[in-house]
Amino acid sequence: MFNFLIRRLVVAALVAATVMTLAFILTRLSGDLATSIAGPNATQADIEAIRLAYGLDRPVLSQFFDWVGRALTGDLGESYFFKARVSTLIAERMPVTLTLGLTGLVIALVVSLPLGILAAVRENTGLDRVVQMVALFGQAMPSFWLGLILMITLGLNLGWLPISGTGSWQHFVMPGIVLAFSAIPALTRLTRAGMIQAMGSDYIRTARAKGLSRASILLKHALRNAAIPVVAIAAVQLGFMLGGSIVIEQVFALHGVGFLAWESIGKNDFPVVQAVVLVLAVIYVALTMVADLMNAVLDPRLRGP
Amino acid sequence: MSALLDVEGLEVGFGSRTSAVRGISLTVERGETHCLVGESGCGKSVTALAVMNLLARGSHRTARRMTFQGEDLLKLNDRGMARLRGNAMAMIFQEPMTSLNPAYTVGSQMTEVLRRHKGASQRAATDRAADLLARVGITAPGLRLGQFPHQLSGGLRQRVMIAMALMCDPQLLIADEPTTALDVTVQAQILRLLAELQRDLGLGVLLITHDLGIVARVATRVSVMYAGEVVESAATAQLFADPRHPYTKGLLRCVPVPGKQRQDEPLGSIPGTVPRIGPGFAGCAFRERCDFADETCAHIIPRHAASPGHDYLCRLTA
Ligand SMILES: Nc1ncnc2c1ncn2[C@@H]1O[C@H](COP(=O)(O)OP(=O)(O)OP(=O)(O)O)[C@@H](O)[C@H]1O
Ligand code: SF4
Ligand SMILES: [Mg+2]
Repeated sequence: MFNFLIRRLVVAALVAATVMTLAFILTRLSGDLATSIAGPNATQADIEAIRLAYGLDRPVLSQFFDWVGRALTGDLGESYFFKARVSTLIAERMPVTLTLGLTGLVIALVVSLPLGILAAVRENTGLDRVVQMVALFGQAMPSFWLGLILMITLGLNLGWLPISGTGSWQHFVMPGIVLAFSAIPALTRLTRAGMIQAMGSDYIRTARAKGLSRASILLKHALRNAAIPVVAIAAVQLGFMLGGSIVIEQVFALHGVGFLAWESIGKNDFPVVQAVVLVLAVIYVALTMVADLMNAVLDPRLRGP
Repeated sequence: MSALLDVEGLEVGFGSRTSAVRGISLTVERGETHCLVGESGCGKSVTALAVMNLLARGSHRTARRMTFQGEDLLKLNDRGMARLRGNAMAMIFQEPMTSLNPAYTVGSQMTEVLRRHKGASQRAATDRAADLLARVGITAPGLRLGQFPHQLSGGLRQRVMIAMALMCDPQLLIADEPTTALDVTVQAQILRLLAELQRDLGLGVLLITHDLGIVARVATRVSVMYAGEVVESAATAQLFADPRHPYTKGLLRCVPVPGKQRQDEPLGSIPGTVPRIGPGFAGCAFRERCDFADETCAHIIPRHAASPGHDYLCRLTA
C-alpha cells in the first residue's frame, strides 16, 4: 500500500511537470506577449517598457524556471489585467467551479447507477436497449447545444430555473445537468457491464443459495463489486467536468475558474492562463489518486494480503 | 412420511440443442446420504442446481414432481425458494475459489445467512460462525472471520463454504464435491461432522463425488449417472456387490477396498467419450462404448428392478 502510494505520487509529480511545461509553451506560442499585452494603440516604447517590467526580455528558459520555482512555493504570480494575485483570483472562483463539478457528478451518478443496474437486470430486453440508446444519444450531444436547449425549455418557456448567474443552488442545476450528460453514457455503460458480470458470477449464485433478498443480492453483493471500476471512472469524469466547465461557465455566465480562464485568454493575461491550466491539472491528478484510494477501499484484494 | 427430497422426471436443457439432464428421479431420506457418481459432464452439478433452482440463465427445467419436506418446489416463486435456501436446504458448490464474495469478510458472509433466516443478532451469529469454523477444522476461527476470501487458501475457502452452508442447521445439504481441495485428515473430519449432524438432526445429504472411497464409506444409497440419466441406483452395499449396468461395472472394475484405495483415484476409466445429447435422442447413450451393445440398444430401453430399491437402465436382464 505504501509503495503503491509512493509510485502514485511520483507519477503525479511527473504529470504536473509535463503540464507546467506545456502550459508555459502554449502561452508563449501565441506571438509576442509584450505586444499583445500593450494593446493595439501602444507605441514601441510602451511595448519595451512592458517587456522589461514583466521580465519578458529574459531568456525563455530562465522565465520558465522562475515561474516553476515560484509555483512550487505556491506563488502563481500576478494578473496583468486584474492587478491582483493569481492565487487569490483562482481561490475566489474555485468554489463556483467545484460546486458545478460536484453537482454534475452527483446528477450523473444518480442517473447512471440506477439506469445501469436496470439495464443489467433486464439484459437484452427492450428496456436494456432503450437505456443503451439513451446513453449513445447523450454521448453524441454537444454540451453547449444541450445547454441552450435547456435554457430555452426549462428557463425561458417553463420558467423553472434561472438561466444565468450564481445566486442560488438553482443556478447550478441546469449547468450541472449539461455537465452530467457528458459523463452519463460512460458511467451507465460501465455500471451495466459490471452488474452483468457480477450477476453471472459464482459468488452471486452463492448469495442466492443463501436465500438473501433480491435487494441484498443486487445492491450489497453485486453492486459493491460492479462499483469498483465505476468509482475510478467517476473520479476521472469529475476531472473532465472541471475542465469542461470552461465552456459551460460561458454558456451559463457562472463566474468560476473556467470563466476566469476564458476571460484571461482573451486578454492575454498569461500568468492567469498558465495557473488555471496548472491548477486544473493538479486537481485532475489528485482525483485519479483519490480514485485509486477509493478502489483500495472497495476492493480488499488491492489492500494486499 | 414422504421423503425429504423427492424428484421425479427432472429434465434440464440449455438452449434447444443440449439436454443436460434427461428424466432423473431420485430421493433423499432424512438422515441418509445419497451419492451421485458419474464421469465429468454427466449432469451431476446441473441436477443439484436444478433442485436449488439456481441454474444459469438460458436453462430450461421441468419435472413431473419435485418436493422438499412435502412442499412442491415447482410451484414456489423466487421468494418462496429464498425462504428455503440457505435455511432448510443448503448447497456447497463445486467451485470453492470463486464462490465467496471478494468484497466482504468471511464473517460478514457467514453471519448474514443466520441473521436473515433466524433473525439472530450479529453477536450470536458471529459466535455460531466461529463455532462452525472450528468444527470444520479451522484453527483460529476468530482471525479467519475477519479475513477476506483472497487471504484464504482453496482448502480454507472450501471449509468456509461448508461451515456457511451449515449455519442455519439445514434439513437437506447438497454438497457438490465438497472435499476436493482438502487433505485426508480434514476430509475425514468433515465427513465425521456430517455423520454427526445426520445422526443428531436427521440431516439428509445429496453428495456428489468422484471418490469411490468416500462413496463406500458414507453413502446409504448410490445413483450412477451417465449422459444425463441415472443408469443405476441402489443401496450402497447392493451396488458394490451386484452392479447390473455395464457402465456401473466399468466404474467399479478397479473398485477400491473401502479405506484402502489411493487418494483422488479417478473413477474406473472406460474407453470412448460421452456422446453429445440433444432433444430427441433415442436409445442407450452408452451404446458406443458398451461391450454388450447390439441393434436393440438403439431403441427404447426399459428400466429393470434387480431387487426392491435396486434398478438399472439396460436391455440386459441378467
Ligand atoms: N450454463 C450452461 N450452459 C450450457 N451447458 C451447460 C451449462 N452448465 C452445464 N452445461 C452442460 O451440462 C452438462 C452437464 O454438466 P454438469 O456441470 O452437470 O456436469 P458434472 O456431472 O457436474 O461434471 P463434473 O464432474 O465435471 O463436475 C455438460 O455437458 C455441460 O456442458
Ligand atoms: S442398453 Fe445396450 S448399450 Fe446400453 S448398457 Fe445395456 S447393453 Fe450396453
Ligand atoms: Mg459438477
